[in-house]
Amino acid sequence: MKRIFYMLLAFALLLSVPARGVAADGSPAHDGVDVKGVIFGHIQDSYEWHLTTIGGKHIAISLPVILYSERTGWEVFSSSVFHENSEYNGFRIAVEGKNEGKIVESDKHGNEVRPLLDISITKTVASVFMTGLLLVVIVLCTARWYRRHDVTKEPPKGFVGVMEMLITMVVDDVIKPNVGSKYRKYAPYLLTLFFFIFLSNLMGLLPLFPGGANVTGNIAVTLALALCTFVAVNFFGNREYYREVFWPDVPLWLKVPVPLMPLIEIFSMFVKPFALTIRLFANILAGHTALLAFVSIIFITMSVNVYIGSGMTVVSVFFTIFMNVLELLVAFVQAFVFTMLSSVFIGLSQPEHKAGSH
Amino acid sequence: MSLLLPDAGLLFWMLVAFGIVFLVLYKYGFPVILSMIEKRSRFIDDALRNAHEANEKLAGIERQGEEIVMAAQEEQARILREASAAREQVMKEARKRAEDEAERIIAEARRKISHERDEMLSGMRNDVAELSLAIAEKIVGKELSADGAQQEYIDKLLNEELDKVKEKK
Repeated sequence: MKRIFYMLLAFALLLSVPARGVAADGSPAHDGVDVKGVIFGHIQDSYEWHLTTIGGKHIAISLPVILYSERTGWEVFSSSVFHENSEYNGFRIAVEGKNEGKIVESDKHGNEVRPLLDISITKTVASVFMTGLLLVVIVLCTARWYRRHDVTKEPPKGFVGVMEMLITMVVDDVIKPNVGSKYRKYAPYLLTLFFFIFLSNLMGLLPLFPGGANVTGNIAVTLALALCTFVAVNFFGNREYYREVFWPDVPLWLKVPVPLMPLIEIFSMFVKPFALTIRLFANILAGHTALLAFVSIIFITMSVNVYIGSGMTVVSVFFTIFMNVLELLVAFVQAFVFTMLSSVFIGLSQPEHKAGSH
Repeated sequence: MSLLLPDAGLLFWMLVAFGIVFLVLYKYGFPVILSMIEKRSRFIDDALRNAHEANEKLAGIERQGEEIVMAAQEEQARILREASAAREQVMKEARKRAEDEAERIIAEARRKISHERDEMLSGMRNDVAELSLAIAEKIVGKELSADGAQQEYIDKLLNEELDKVKEKK
């Protein structure tokens, strides 16, 4: 069975070589399979929520655009205006250049510039709102169960039971061992972090409307989360933490004429959130890209030859399923890792000075 | 490259949304759940400890019960032993008394028998003496004086005869 599968795979891969050759010639544009466009269209933010295209007609949910420009002041309009005409009140969506896909306007000199403030409810923002709302509903429902039941008499079942299992796991395996004695203070934040990332990751794996947005694969989202952890670490760190940053226990020459160690410590303060940002962003982005690439294989090979396409479809669907299952794991693992690293950083900001430990 | 540049608007909304979600959950969500979970885990710990203690108590009670049963068995064995000893004693005594009694009765009987025989013998001797005298008178044809000398002579003869009879026996 396994051998037959490998033979099929090898055969399909052999067939796929000419397909790539054709694709490399630049022919896909003719057939309308623009893989790069499809993938980037998905993983990048946009002003409308594109659902599907039927018969060349885009079906999308229009989202509000909120801008502040020096030229016009505050502007609020629906993104659907860009369907009818490419320009609205001097604003347009740039098709190329460094602002590709973003709303731009022309300044006095005719240069293409971004408006001063662009706080539009984009696809990612809408998805964040929905995820946040869903998370609030889920957790409050769980909390309501606990308010209404005597926990010493019955354990939760079903969904609340799953939530309790996850919460207990995060608290006992991640927060308690890493944060230390003051874990109760930070547990709500870390749990919110975990569930927000986990839920966003799962929503991102859904192919249909409420999900499917690339939320945690967007660097602004992960940066915001990392900034929250930065605040939790540095604004609530105790005196011992700051003593270790500015006056660490190292030989004197490492900190007196040139504050070498303090500089490194301060640098590491900023590296930590940066590492958090990149790790989550890159993992989820890679997952989405790989999934889309596997799905795209079907369309590329189909546009070359229907037989090759059929062969590759089997392989591609198999790999897509495999990737999806893998992404389910990644969704959990990345949420877990982000929470764990945040716990570790918070735990490092709460050192308990022990006499004789140095 | 735009993938790596965080968008300011998105960052703003993300901070707002995440902040609100966090505040709501911080106020109404997680503390309730956490305290309840802790309450239950404390309750379970207590229950486990109590169950353990109860088990130990139960084991202690069982041990006590066993001790009581063993003591009772020992007591029973002791009583049985004593009872059997007492019985032996009583039986021995009874037997001894019975033997004594029997011996006493037998001795009494013997004494009576010998007494009666003696009496009978002495009676018989008198009768025999009188008979002998009567017969002797008849034979001799004259009345023998029944004075002491003859009587003594007859007694002497009788005693000799009786001694002979006794020796024969």
